[in-house]
Amino acid sequence: MEATSTILLNNVINVMTFTESLGRLYALWLREFKVFIRERSRLIASTFTPVLWLFVIGSGFGSTHPSTGVVDYQKFIFPGIVCMSVIFSSVFFGSYIIWDRKFDFLKSVMVAPVSRDIVFIGKTLGGMPNSLVQAAILLVIGLTIGINMDFISLVQTVIIVLLLSFSLTSVGLTIGSYIESLEGFQLIISFVVFPLFFLSGALFPLKSLPLWLLLLSAIDPATYAVDSLRAAILGISSYSFSIDVVVLLVFTIILAIFGSYSFRRMRAV
Amino acid sequence: MIAIRDLVKKYSNLTAVDGLNLDIYESEVFGLLGSNGAGKTTTIHMLATLLKPTSGTAIVNGYDIVTQSAKVRSSVGIVFQAPSSDDMLTGYENLKLHSWLYNVPRQIRAKRIAEVLDLVGLTQRKDDQVKKYSGGMRRRLEIARGLIHKPKVIFLDEPTLGLDPSSRESMWEYIKRLVKEEKITIILTTHYMEEADLLCDRIGIIDKGKIIVLDTPSRLKEMIGGDVIKVRLSHEKQPNIELLKKFSFVHKVEQSNEDGLIHLSVEDANRNLPIILKYIDTEWVEYTSPTLNDVFLKSTGRNIKEEPEGGFMEKFARYDQK
Repeated sequence: MEATSTILLNNVINVMTFTESLGRLYALWLREFKVFIRERSRLIASTFTPVLWLFVIGSGFGSTHPSTGVVDYQKFIFPGIVCMSVIFSSVFFGSYIIWDRKFDFLKSVMVAPVSRDIVFIGKTLGGMPNSLVQAAILLVIGLTIGINMDFISLVQTVIIVLLLSFSLTSVGLTIGSYIESLEGFQLIISFVVFPLFFLSGALFPLKSLPLWLLLLSAIDPATYAVDSLRAAILGISSYSFSIDVVVLLVFTIILAIFGSYSFRRMRAV
Repeated sequence: MIAIRDLVKKYSNLTAVDGLNLDIYESEVFGLLGSNGAGKTTTIHMLATLLKPTSGTAIVNGYDIVTQSAKVRSSVGIVFQAPSSDDMLTGYENLKLHSWLYNVPRQIRAKRIAEVLDLVGLTQRKDDQVKKYSGGMRRRLEIARGLIHKPKVIFLDEPTLGLDPSSRESMWEYIKRLVKEEKITIILTTHYMEEADLLCDRIGIIDKGKIIVLDTPSRLKEMIGGDVIKVRLSHEKQPNIELLKKFSFVHKVEQSNEDGLIHLSVEDANRNLPIILKYIDTEWVEYTSPTLNDVFLKSTGRNIKEEPEGGFMEKFARYDQK
């Protein structure tokens, strides 16, 4: 009897702490979202580069480089460009943890009775509206080059963008948690974002690659996002859509664990 | 309320807090007074569980800061030296965020936010972004944030550092109001003597990571030996000088080697100076009451620095040199 009530009580406590955690997560996410809404210049600046790539590289190479299979080059790189915008904005989002630290906001969160895992997940989720809105803008621009999507491929696109955004925001925040200065962060992420982007197969098909490049692209989470997005939007891919999504999910979980760990060891003051 | 036992914090090359022992009582305003680098902020950070002590511990509100940090966090509030609110959010939104983080029950959340806003006088400005606030308003918002979960203890780390004199005075008014309305234990650090004197029930002077003196402001000042009257006599050889020593309110009479004046240590010079002047002929009189600065000077052998090291002016000077 007593044992049952203890178990019952523990469950009640677990449910309570779970809803408390959700509340805190929501609060932290909401803060990021409001800042995002109020700083629209961020969005415009970060959408510009992908659009430039789509039209300049897309049309430029497209005129000389026809051998990508069934679609023209500009359409072929479109899913890759969507991923590019997510890669850049997500990894870059890691710099906001440095700002939080600089302005002591982080200290006020860390002194609250909130676990570091919650702080990490809340911050990561906070980076996702940015990626989603950018992807949406690019999808609208895609209409002008003849990219038409039905409802299912739209849902698939959203899922992939969210997964890629979560995993790469984790990467950005992990790096940000170790680095004190914004200048240092900028320098280091340029060593991260360009390999992530170039190795992902955003600009070329994977099937004709030399082995070393294929192997490198296999350990790049963005590869699976690009491939699955190509499957969703254009109906062509190197791996199957479901394999891509599963691999991306595994990457997301691993990178999130890294991120939580680095947030736990981050010094509060 | 707080019992600190043998608290030590060492960094690789210095000992910031060196075996601190201290008891702080319920509902008192306790001041940690010390110059920069004396260990005030480090102590507060340890008490608020932001830093792990190297050794020793403290019990805050019944919980151990080393083994029960989550419970300590829920029961204390802290206001940092530099404002920590998100300046893209409004004052109200910042408070709402922290009411979630501290898990203030949904039913009382709005009421509590309204209460703390009123307490610090920011109700009018609650929907403005924090970046539009003045320095004093930001500090007050921080205090509101620190109070949102009705903590039993609040730490104020240099609450008026960098404020102009008028905002400093209004800040003092708000802190006094806080004492009256919230019935909370306050631990504040400061290196402003008059601030400690005005606000604190008891003061601990901390130097090199140790408490060296601890008492109420008035008794600390008595320790210096009451008011000092300096007189220059109209003519030498006045026998009454020796007689003055017979008054119970006169502690000491001596001729200073430095300025050649007669120095009298007395209690309550306001009342007793006229009496003294009836007995001796003087051509010049001055008296001073001891300040906490004298206490600090006596107990540490140094003057307290009025401006933080590496402060704004110093940086400015460095740019100038370039």
